[in-house]
Amino acid sequence: MTDTLTPESNVTAVPAAPPAETRVMRLRNFWSDYRQSWVAIAALIVIVALVLGAFFAPFLVPQDPYDLAKLDWLDAFLPPGTEGSGGYAHVLGTDNAGRDMLSAIFYGLRTSFVIGISAGALALAVGITVGLTAAYFGGRIEALLMRIVDLQLSMPAILLALVMVAMLGQGIPQIIFALVVAQYAYFARTTHGAASVERRKDYIEAARSTPLPTWRVMFKHLLPNVLPPLIVVATVQVASAISLEATLSFLGVGLPLTEPSLGTLISNGFKYIHAGRYWLSIYPGIFLMITVVAINLVGDQVRNVLDPRNSR
Amino acid sequence: MTDPILRIENVSKRFTRMPGLAERLVGKVTGGGKPVVVHALSDVSLNVAPGEVVGIVGESGCGKSTLGRVVTGIYAPSDGRVTLHGKPIARERGGNIDKLTTQVQMIHQDPFASLNPRMKVGETLAEGPRHHCIIPAGEVRARMRELLEKVGLEGAYADRLPHQFSGGQRQRVAIARALAMEPDLLVLDEAVASLDVSIQAQVLNLFMDLRRDLGLTALFISHDLSVVRHVCDRVAIMYLGRLVELAPADQLYAEPKHPYTSALFASVPTVGTGRRVFEAIKGEIPSPINPPSGCAFHPRCPLAGPRCRVEVPRLTDAGPARTVACHLNDGGVGLQDAAA
Amino acid sequence: MTAALEVKGLTTRFDTRGGAVTAVNDVSFTVEKGRILGLVGESGSGKSVTGFSIMGLIDAPGEVRAGQVLVDGSDLRGLSDEDMRKMRGSKVAMVFQDPMMTLNPVLRVGDQMAMAVRVHRKMSKNAALEEARKALETVGIPSPAERLKAYPHQLSGGMRQRVAIAMALLHSPSVIIADEATTALDVSIQGQILAEVRELADNTGAAIVWITHDLAVVSSLADDICVMYAGRIVERGTAAQVIGQPRHPYTKGLLESIPALHEPGTPLPQIPGSTPQLSRLPQGCPFRPRCPRATEICAKTPPEDTVDGQTVLCHHPLERS
Repeated sequence: MTDTLTPESNVTAVPAAPPAETRVMRLRNFWSDYRQSWVAIAALIVIVALVLGAFFAPFLVPQDPYDLAKLDWLDAFLPPGTEGSGGYAHVLGTDNAGRDMLSAIFYGLRTSFVIGISAGALALAVGITVGLTAAYFGGRIEALLMRIVDLQLSMPAILLALVMVAMLGQGIPQIIFALVVAQYAYFARTTHGAASVERRKDYIEAARSTPLPTWRVMFKHLLPNVLPPLIVVATVQVASAISLEATLSFLGVGLPLTEPSLGTLISNGFKYIHAGRYWLSIYPGIFLMITVVAINLVGDQVRNVLDPRNSR
Repeated sequence: MTDPILRIENVSKRFTRMPGLAERLVGKVTGGGKPVVVHALSDVSLNVAPGEVVGIVGESGCGKSTLGRVVTGIYAPSDGRVTLHGKPIARERGGNIDKLTTQVQMIHQDPFASLNPRMKVGETLAEGPRHHCIIPAGEVRARMRELLEKVGLEGAYADRLPHQFSGGQRQRVAIARALAMEPDLLVLDEAVASLDVSIQAQVLNLFMDLRRDLGLTALFISHDLSVVRHVCDRVAIMYLGRLVELAPADQLYAEPKHPYTSALFASVPTVGTGRRVFEAIKGEIPSPINPPSGCAFHPRCPLAGPRCRVEVPRLTDAGPARTVACHLNDGGVGLQDAAA
Repeated sequence: MTAALEVKGLTTRFDTRGGAVTAVNDVSFTVEKGRILGLVGESGSGKSVTGFSIMGLIDAPGEVRAGQVLVDGSDLRGLSDEDMRKMRGSKVAMVFQDPMMTLNPVLRVGDQMAMAVRVHRKMSKNAALEEARKALETVGIPSPAERLKAYPHQLSGGMRQRVAIAMALLHSPSVIIADEATTALDVSIQGQILAEVRELADNTGAAIVWITHDLAVVSSLADDICVMYAGRIVERGTAAQVIGQPRHPYTKGLLESIPALHEPGTPLPQIPGSTPQLSRLPQGCPFRPRCPRATEICAKTPPEDTVDGQTVLCHHPLERS
């Protein structure tokens, strides 16, 4: 008789779960969502091209703009397209010291990327630690840390960066440090927001009551679950670090002309813009704009893809 | 009778919420802004013998989940003490993890929230035992597969993420995680409440099988009277932070002695043909921030008398192995009702 | 006499990344005035989607693909969005599991109820408040005049749900759909509300569709019961028929797995396996992989309704004893 369901036909009869989802599959899904927007694809291609161009600059551009011995005063202020004493055309012209602008821009881009990415990464690390600590421990620690963060967020980042640079002096490490101080608060806020939500979930309580040590719960359980929004903030913050650095250099407190970033180049050319020598400022400016806009576009699309409300 | 594994002695738990700075400033003017105290548990005592499954039943705000968390060591009691094998339960004292708390493991209500969504199931299971060296490092993988099979899953599932499992399967994983620590006491907090009816039966059967095979001792916290009756030896009924009745399951269901217990039984819908009239308990569940005076149930109790409004009833013996906290069982509710 | 609610061949589909999913598949039932229909099923059975489809509340990527929803004889499908909005709240109303789906947290209960009254009927604010007060009284709220001045967060969960029910009642709708309306509440509060819902159906003549996963609730509340599985109604009949003599193996399995009906401590009869994902339904009868009565035909051909006292969607329904 089969009318009654027998208790024996029980625990083993669990149907197989779908095949394990691998990292590769998740990446593939991510990519198929990402490429829905051609603007985002174009932005990604631009960034990849700029990064490659910047880091392989010594092999790509005709001149080493840091090597003062290679500069010739006679080549100064050549308009775009003119051939100089080096025997090659200066596609984007030369500056007041006879530097090839194209070379200077790609070397400057390299400096900008190094500063932007390392400042972004360090600010991310500091911000995560502060945000996670605040959300995990709560109480007075949370109140103290988050008030400091709020206080910082209420001030413009540029102001903080200016104060830091004024105290520390010029140079790449100093700039990076100033940018980290100015920017970690964004990461701390975002981490804190996401982590406070996750912190209340049962899996954290389960891990705590196992018991597992605090650092393990924080970094193995809490952190992986707050990463997605941070990835988005990180991309945008790299762009903002690059433009912050450019602003500092433009104001003359960033990098010296001996190791120029895009900001330094713009600042240098600004003096001659009324003399009709537009190329000194405009071309570095265009590259800066393209870089920042492209990074932001990529960040936007990453946010769209990661947003659970947009997934079907 | 054997010595109890778990002793809960006169445990109270209060949660205090301090008002924020702004609230305190406003409070200076309006007279509010004082700390809010929630009496989650008041003077609860309960012993659990080895191999026994004790059900904790009550409605929201009765403190059953808080009791589970005090026993697990997640909350420290405000008063009283909880001992396991005679040693007090505490967690992370002075930065050191007390080995004792690995012996109590908890299974949560919602298997969609209780598993780390970004950790493979095998890693979730192995983490605790590996960290506390409960299983020799070389045997961890084999043991985890064995455990998965014991809870009715395949060993190969160890490499999957939680979102690839159904609710029932996840709850099996949560049970395996608790068992991996080889605990002396399990705390199940509404462990089958969020599962579908057909899946609930599977998980209850699994629990009963495991109990038989491993001799589990457990606190089974639930609002579902029929589930508790099915798996528990003894049942404790709680109301607004207090234990109001404690009795062996068969006796409690045959003859409830506290008016709240009887009222609870009457308001539970049961499967049967034909319309039923619900004998609902009147009124709302009072807030644990401001519990009624005397017996907390008196505003809703059909049998309440003047004494109930003034005096908190003590738990008194009401037959072998039974206790109940009601004045009816302890000299009456008072001679006459004062004019209302 | 026309039935208050008649659903014919209702089919709702969702387009997802994994392909189209039929959440509600050819669902038909009738509810007469003053009767309560219990719509029971487990998660993913399509019971809630059925409720939302009746209310015209299905949003993209979902779509009601076929069927009729007749309220007092007139079809709701094919109404313009504007006309449908007028129907909702006046002729058909819905009560959700979370009352805050209906209640606005920043408005006083009275204000939002009066607003809801005046959306459909022209009257002064005071008259509307009086209507609101009466509605609160109907659902057994003590001192309703005071509650009108309260904000939703000042009420308990049970009270809020009663206010949500009272709001559904404001325009004496022909049909009320309640989706897991007492699931989040305590048993003692659930008991109170169920008693009031029963009275409401008897007194106002509203037809009520009570959607829930809880067989015990429907068996004591409902007049008729539909059991749903994988988007289809697998068994339909009066409460006495479905509960007293289930004919579909799934219904019988569900009833048997309830602990209250068994000796404590004994193994519970259980339906093996888990509820199927709608995107990966087996061929033939969707219940076949879990069914103890399945034969070859169940794997090939989907079953059709057999009417014999109650309607059963099964190749091998259980015998009547």
